[in-house]
Amino acid sequence: MPDATETIVGVFAHVDTTVRALEELRAKGYRDLTVYTPVPVHEIEEVLERDRPVSRVRLFTLIGGLTGIASAFLLTIWTSLIWGLVTGGKYLQFGPGGIVGSSLPPFVIIAFELMVLFGGIATVIGLVVLGRLPRFRPSATFDPRFTNDRFGIAIHCAPGRSGSVREILRTAGAEDVPA
Amino acid sequence: MSDGRATSPTYADVTRDVARTLEPPGNLYFSWMSVVALILTAGILAWAGQIWWGMGMAGKRVPQMWAMYITSFVFWIGIGHAGTLISAILYLFRARWRTSIYRAAEAMTIFAVMTAGLFPLIHAGRMWFAYYLLPYPNQRSLWPNFRSPLVWDVFAISTYLSISTVFFIVGLIPDIAALRDVSTGWRRRVYAMLALGWEGADSQWRHYRRAYGLLAALATPLVLSVHSVVSWDFAMALVPGWHSTLFAPFFVDGAIFSGFAMVLILVLPMRHFFRLHAYIQEKHLDAMGKLILVTGLVLTYFYLCEIFTSLYSGDDIEKASLFWKVTKTYAWALWLMYFCNCVSPLVLFWRKARTSPVVLYVVSILVLIGMWFERFNIIVPSLGHDFYPYTWGIYYPSPTDTMIVIGSFAWFFILFLGFIRVMPSLSVVEVKETLPPPMRDPTHAGRH
Repeated sequence: MPDATETIVGVFAHVDTTVRALEELRAKGYRDLTVYTPVPVHEIEEVLERDRPVSRVRLFTLIGGLTGIASAFLLTIWTSLIWGLVTGGKYLQFGPGGIVGSSLPPFVIIAFELMVLFGGIATVIGLVVLGRLPRFRPSATFDPRFTNDRFGIAIHCAPGRSGSVREILRTAGAEDVPA
Repeated sequence: MSDGRATSPTYADVTRDVARTLEPPGNLYFSWMSVVALILTAGILAWAGQIWWGMGMAGKRVPQMWAMYITSFVFWIGIGHAGTLISAILYLFRARWRTSIYRAAEAMTIFAVMTAGLFPLIHAGRMWFAYYLLPYPNQRSLWPNFRSPLVWDVFAISTYLSISTVFFIVGLIPDIAALRDVSTGWRRRVYAMLALGWEGADSQWRHYRRAYGLLAALATPLVLSVHSVVSWDFAMALVPGWHSTLFAPFFVDGAIFSGFAMVLILVLPMRHFFRLHAYIQEKHLDAMGKLILVTGLVLTYFYLCEIFTSLYSGDDIEKASLFWKVTKTYAWALWLMYFCNCVSPLVLFWRKARTSPVVLYVVSILVLIGMWFERFNIIVPSLGHDFYPYTWGIYYPSPTDTMIVIGSFAWFFILFLGFIRVMPSLSVVEVKETLPPPMRDPTHAGRH
């Protein structure tokens, strides 16, 4: 963070006061804020989600799942072709005009399993990448109370504006605005 | 905290009560651990004996090659199902009663699948060649037969174990962060490492919530598929008593039935010893009791269907197999199963029984016995009486395989007992989510 900005943290004990402060800050044009909550709170998310796109984690899941399906079919078809094991009259082999045979349906099971496996792992990778995890040092604005029972708003603003930001937080009902 | 129903706990209460479960345990805990460890040691010695002297130690004789090991394998895989049902399916359905039991149930899933995974290895005899099951490039260009249900099983179970573990770890991250911030000393350092620096910022929650929902959506079809695939190990074969399209739903239902019984067996003592009555309330026990009752009734229906399809099939071998099961050598096991799975859950029709920990505990134990014998009845009598009289044969358990099966229970319980002392066995975040959020102005409170 360059020196040109200052960071102010407000600690709240209640959801409604946090929401009030958020609305007030947004109305005054402060957009560079981080909200800390012990649990995801619907009311707070509602305010924050207004001008933010949906999380891109789902893109990771989709790509992971499709990769899983594709790799499962590649693995099963390719291995059947190079090692022709005929069981119960079912086979896949190179014939005139391409691949012939009748053993695709069982491969759908493998494809399903690998879709779930790759999709699930990709989802977690998405969570780690997008959520910027792991973090080795706590951020400057984090307070241990935020994982227990307090809500926090951290605002980055121009140095001259800190007084008015503190005022907004206090009026909204902040329990504590540490210096 | 003696009567949690009168006043709802606050967020701080939840953190404190969960942190309390991680305080140094008393003598009772260590004596339990020692008993379990002793049984586990006996099981490991039995396995060592089997490796040293060979599979004959396990009483394996043609045609009874599957016997107790595959019975226990299917049993333990089934136990895992309730955990994923609670954590994924009930999450998608927004069943709020799941929150206080889901962490314990998820841990149970992972440990049950880890226990189940041992049995194919034990059963294979030379388990150091277990990697033959996996598709890997080799000098002779041999590949597994992807048309075999046993290979589907390898994929289904390894996916199930991986995804359950991932789901479990993702759920733990914010909880460990909450514990990190209230603990001190080395615990704090360990939790800080495990929490990955979670802070509960809005930029983290938005991805977290989405990821959790997607994982639940992936785990939902997975849990239904795993036991279906396990059931196809049987249903794809032509053995009378196995070759039936009924098997997939029949197995999945039985899995959920036995899984909930195991959840109760683990959660009821946890509730008692950790004094979690404010979180695991009577309504939670009631809901689990209802699920056991419903799945038990569905199972009874499947048993009737099984008998009916066998009689209606016009297949003499199938009918002979059925009559042999019902009346001859293993009839006691079959009737024990009918009693435990069909009759004993009926007591849960009474609300008083569903909210009484003692009744629930007894029913759960009976259900587990019944479900173990269900798998036994599918495997042993069917293999013992198939098409040709010269392949018929009776299975007698040996001390070795009996001890290994008992040891598997010890392995499961030692994992679970260890877990509840180092990790939050009650979800901090999800329990807080079900509480009314703190409002200064009480008129807002109803909005959530």
